[in-house]
Amino acid sequence: MSGCLAWARRSLFSGWLSTLTTLALLWLAWRWLPPLVDWAIASAVWRAEGPSACRGAQGACWAFIAEKHRFILFGTYPFEQHWRPAAASLLLIVLWLCSSLRRFWNGGLAAAWVAGLALIGALMWGGVAGLPYVENERWGGLTLTLLLATFGIAFALPLSIVLALGRRSTLPVLRLACTGYIELVRGVPLISVLFMASVMLPLFLPAGLTIDKLLRAQLALVLFAAAYLAEVVRGGLQAIPRGQHEAADALGFAYWRKMGLVILPQALRLSIPPLVNTFIGLFKDTSLVLIIGLFDFLSTVKVSLQDPAWSGFGLEAYLFASLVYFAFCHAMSSYSRRLEHESARAVVSGAAAPYNRGS
Amino acid sequence: MKKGWLYQAALLAALGLVFWVFASNTAQNLEVRRIASGFGFLSREAGFEIGETAFLAYSAADSYARALAVGLANTLWVAALGVVLATLLGLAVGLARLSPNWLLARLAAAYVETLRNVPLLVQLFFWYAIISEGLPPPAEALQPLPGVFLSNRGVFFPLPGDAPALTGFNFAGGAALSPEFAALLTGLATYTAAFIAEIVRAGIESVPRGQREAARSLGLRHADEVRCVVLPQALRLAVPPLTSQYLNLAKNSSLAVAIGYPDFVSIANTTMNQTGQAIEGVALIMAVFLTISLSISAFMNWYNRRVALRGLRR
Repeated sequence: MSGCLAWARRSLFSGWLSTLTTLALLWLAWRWLPPLVDWAIASAVWRAEGPSACRGAQGACWAFIAEKHRFILFGTYPFEQHWRPAAASLLLIVLWLCSSLRRFWNGGLAAAWVAGLALIGALMWGGVAGLPYVENERWGGLTLTLLLATFGIAFALPLSIVLALGRRSTLPVLRLACTGYIELVRGVPLISVLFMASVMLPLFLPAGLTIDKLLRAQLALVLFAAAYLAEVVRGGLQAIPRGQHEAADALGFAYWRKMGLVILPQALRLSIPPLVNTFIGLFKDTSLVLIIGLFDFLSTVKVSLQDPAWSGFGLEAYLFASLVYFAFCHAMSSYSRRLEHESARAVVSGAAAPYNRGS
Repeated sequence: MKKGWLYQAALLAALGLVFWVFASNTAQNLEVRRIASGFGFLSREAGFEIGETAFLAYSAADSYARALAVGLANTLWVAALGVVLATLLGLAVGLARLSPNWLLARLAAAYVETLRNVPLLVQLFFWYAIISEGLPPPAEALQPLPGVFLSNRGVFFPLPGDAPALTGFNFAGGAALSPEFAALLTGLATYTAAFIAEIVRAGIESVPRGQREAARSLGLRHADEVRCVVLPQALRLAVPPLTSQYLNLAKNSSLAVAIGYPDFVSIANTTMNQTGQAIEGVALIMAVFLTISLSISAFMNWYNRRVALRGLRR
């Protein structure tokens, strides 16, 4: 008890300013927390047969989320087939969780991803094993957000490595092309790249050839994210000491063997925490596809509000959306923080950093 | 060396080929769809109304060029206000995170963690929902400060000698922020402030302890210690990442199109839909944002040189 009191004295009441701050914050909490808790929990309507139960209530209408959860999660995917996007989403999340554990960082993981993505494709499209075919215009909801983010990362990362290597190349034309691309994309908002994909790209293609909207949006996300990831990878490349390059040269390695076996494995491991932070950005950015008319998670939430019977529950809807996005992004950001701590500890204790362990 | 030039020639040829194929396809497609090309449309009559204009007068009879200029002024206005508010709020939150008061520091940390991990677009919709659903109609407007009114029609401030007053169904007089503008500005400022707070914290934490102790042993007062010793050194580290946050804020202001504030992207989008001239529209958007980005970078680089160590200039 005395330890507790000492702590309170030290960190809450250490001076008149600190005491005043603590009292002011406590007063604000006393004033605002009870009505907030009352609105969000005590007086909230959790289950209702129809919107009328919510209209008279004093609290939040979470029944709105309960009523619309199928549409919010899976969009316009055929109702009786909803287990398919559900299974695909779960599979994606499991793949991500496995990828986060260092224990699985080997060739098997790559194979698992290829097999997993193929299975997800089969589940979503169907047309095999007796599953009815579902065209991708009907994909939507949280599943679509997860798919956009996953495929965005899967294609943007290799492209970004090429761009980063190109920007550090000794060949002037290649360097200029890569630098120009990276700086151009980083200088414009994502929305302009999405507009480019949705309204300009169809003009670039020969008459008769069309790429569907989902693929065009995916392409825009990949091209946009690659420019940002390339700068992160370049940071990792710059951190590799000269000696490593010279050692690879001394072994007589040609460019691609030197990069593939010596430089990139070390550079990418160094870049993992900032790469995860950029992934968080990409995950958040997938919400922008709403503007070009795709039914991602945010879009299905917004469309649910347009149901005249259930209109006017925007606060509940967007709080729920925030909570879901937060859960994913927070998981990723605490993961990247943990990796950073681990590598910092390894450096401080003088042990070889786990990133430098051979492979 | 020879192989290198061969690769580069092949790269140039491939880029040229892609460009040529796209250009010829585009020319053909535009002809089929009877869409004119070039910027001639700029002088034609726009024919649409714009909800709010920051500085320039505008009517539907004006040209597309005028409409786009209004959009640009709106973008610059919200971005400039956003940068100022985000910097002030970010500085406050960053300092609060370093406060010896545990409660205040935890609160600031929770603010940063929450706002950084939710997409800005969700936050904009949230603020817009708060204003349009959460606030009362003008007749029952909230009055947090004398003369300032919060209602679902927007936020109203008094100007010197011109206070907002309720006339009919809405307020007249004073300065008004539309719900769209208020939501966009709040969203941009609070979101970017979370990132700025982290930069402020990192900058201040980078100043070695000895520097503060030295300032105190010289007998400097706390305010002078912060102003003359801590901040100049913290700024040196903070300016480059601060620059990229300002750039992000300017680019993020383009999300205005989703909540109906007539910024440059939103007007360009309307223009593209009406004229079908998508290439010119997207090119204009990109050119405008590249110019804004380059201007902010140039200004911040100049500022960075001013706060950098003298020996390290050049």
